[in-house]
Amino acid sequence: MSSSTETIQKIADQAYSAGFVTDIESEQLPPGLNEDTVRFISAKKKEPEWLLKWRLDAYGKWLEMTEPTWAHVRYPAIDYQDIIYFSAPKSNADGPKSLDEVDPELLATYEKLGIPLHERAALAGVAVDAVFDSVSVATTFKERLSDAGVIFCSFSEAVTDHPELVKKYLGSVVPVTDNYFAALNSAVFSDGSFVYIPKGVRCPMELSTYFRINAAKTGQFERTLIIAEEGSHVSYLEGCTAPMRDENQLHAAIVELVAFDNAEIKYSTVQNWYPGDAEGKGGIYNFVTKRGKCAGHHSKISWTQVETGSAITWKYPSCILLGDHSVGEFYSVALSNNMQQADTGTKMIHIGKNTRSTIISKGIAAGKGIQTYRGLVKVMKSAEGARNYTQCDSLLLGDECRADTVPYVEIRNNTAQLEHEASTSKISDDQLFYLTQRGIDPEDAVHLIINGFCKAVFKELPMEFAVEAQKLLEVSLEGAVG
Amino acid sequence: MLHVKNLHTSVEGKPILQGIDLKVSAGEVHAIMGPNGSGKSTLAHVLAGREGYDVTEGTVTYKGEDLLSLAPEERAREGVFLAFQYPVEVPGVSNKLFLKTAVNAIRKHRGEEPLDAYEFLTKLRSILADLDMEEKLVSRELNTGFSGGEKKRNEILQMALLEPSLAVMDETDSGLDIDALRAVADGVNKMRAHDRAFVVVTHYQRLLEYVVPDVVHVLMEGRIVRSGGHELAIELEERGYDWLREESN
Repeated sequence: MSSSTETIQKIADQAYSAGFVTDIESEQLPPGLNEDTVRFISAKKKEPEWLLKWRLDAYGKWLEMTEPTWAHVRYPAIDYQDIIYFSAPKSNADGPKSLDEVDPELLATYEKLGIPLHERAALAGVAVDAVFDSVSVATTFKERLSDAGVIFCSFSEAVTDHPELVKKYLGSVVPVTDNYFAALNSAVFSDGSFVYIPKGVRCPMELSTYFRINAAKTGQFERTLIIAEEGSHVSYLEGCTAPMRDENQLHAAIVELVAFDNAEIKYSTVQNWYPGDAEGKGGIYNFVTKRGKCAGHHSKISWTQVETGSAITWKYPSCILLGDHSVGEFYSVALSNNMQQADTGTKMIHIGKNTRSTIISKGIAAGKGIQTYRGLVKVMKSAEGARNYTQCDSLLLGDECRADTVPYVEIRNNTAQLEHEASTSKISDDQLFYLTQRGIDPEDAVHLIINGFCKAVFKELPMEFAVEAQKLLEVSLEGAVG
Repeated sequence: MLHVKNLHTSVEGKPILQGIDLKVSAGEVHAIMGPNGSGKSTLAHVLAGREGYDVTEGTVTYKGEDLLSLAPEERAREGVFLAFQYPVEVPGVSNKLFLKTAVNAIRKHRGEEPLDAYEFLTKLRSILADLDMEEKLVSRELNTGFSGGEKKRNEILQMALLEPSLAVMDETDSGLDIDALRAVADGVNKMRAHDRAFVVVTHYQRLLEYVVPDVVHVLMEGRIVRSGGHELAIELEERGYDWLREESN
């Protein structure tokens, strides 16, 4: 084995640091899914009749659908009757009124994850909505944000306090029947985050949601809905972790973004769900539908994701470029180490005139990891002057992993301009020797090279999280570098 | 400083170096000359610890220690520097970050505090000024898209920053125009010091017009066939290598 492969293997095998379990009393449904489950969740949230109907309709549709099999991922059949669809910390029964009422055990959990929820200690300039299993347990800086006219709250609160907005936009970007997991989520979603940025407002701080799965056997089904009115701007970040458990857990979320004229939404994800152990036991199935609609002219939606966790990742954050001159961007670093499988990419649907999209995907495979980039660029007949630039690079660490690139292109307007670049590389012995000849430790040398590989994506992350992402990548690769 | 005794090396089972003896003292500049395929670059790589070169016989002692037992990074930290014939491109890695990481890795080994961003930049700027180099070069990605001349200058910059005891220069002059060659030679000359030695591997004499060596060795078919002063290099320039080959046979 060459020295680079050895170093790489070593780096890839580091322990998952967010794998602890919080010992907290929960109120849970027994495992199983039927109409009563849906009714229970809706009643629990004291939802209006229309929403219950919407959920039941989704449930009915879901029953008629089948699980997709086209992704390049392999896993045993999921028993949907063996999943707990609702689990909430008991202390949170009626939802905390303020941060002071949040169970200290929960605060300690987030503290341990590096997400202090006390506003005094909180990350400067970042407001956080903390979602624990099925419910939102805390949202920071709400008042400061509402002074600016920004609504940032849990999805449940939004249903109660802003029903007209929820009713108008829920399912407007990801329809109930969009796909199997979207239909499931629409039936049983339990909470999530809601953001509304009024006309002309530049959100004064970064918004972020931190998702934590704690209870065993529990699935997490949250929804995020972000609406950016004309001329507004928001940057949003989500983070995710889960305890180390031997069984697989399902996370099937939906994120919907709507940007009106001249509005901009920047959505960043640092996904670190438990990836399972080195033999592939346990880990999260991350089956997520994320889509943004550039509804207005000159609007812009930008997805940046760093995907290091999950046993299986199935997600394609996409942009519907409806408004003329709208812009969609997708920047992704996805890592599959050990037995992890990731099938991820994006869809850019050009409908408006002079719409532009950029796709930069960096896939890293180590151990026996499988990494697939799957992306669609679709230019509709109406999309005069559409442009796309796609760059897909894969980096293989070791000899047992694989990376595939599956780009789909559909063009119905011949004024479209598309560029596509793809590469697959390994860390070369030449590079490693060059760096170590300057006194740099082989592990540090590999980190340098990998960070260099990911640079085009990392520079799109908000500053404080770029450093985080870099560290996360190093930790996730522990043992892969030898 | 460096003592190579009866060094035999093979690459993929094929013998390349077949009994090299070389003694380099602090303060000296030794030139290793020879035709293509004579083993010059192999010698440079073996000294730096490149993988894939099997030492089948002989020893290399550096500052009294067994050099061959050290990993490449350990040799570097002990002061062995290889200026590469083909400096490697590392996309996305800023040259500045790379230089800082290297400087601090070596400082750590010496038990010194790491330089912070400000201290490093101060040091870097003073060296850039010394070498008459532009700061632009360090803001770019390591060697990526550099011209041949820029790559070689970057090697000299690294050498100046890392202050090695033994600098091995592997065909640093190859592919350089006259201006770049002078710049590289100036950099080397500025670094000549009583406690530092250079092993300059080169195919042509022209670098040695600027970097005047104390000793010139001629390598052929894995052996040093002749050693002499600077005049030997000049003679080679006039007569080529063939007469030596005939003589040594």
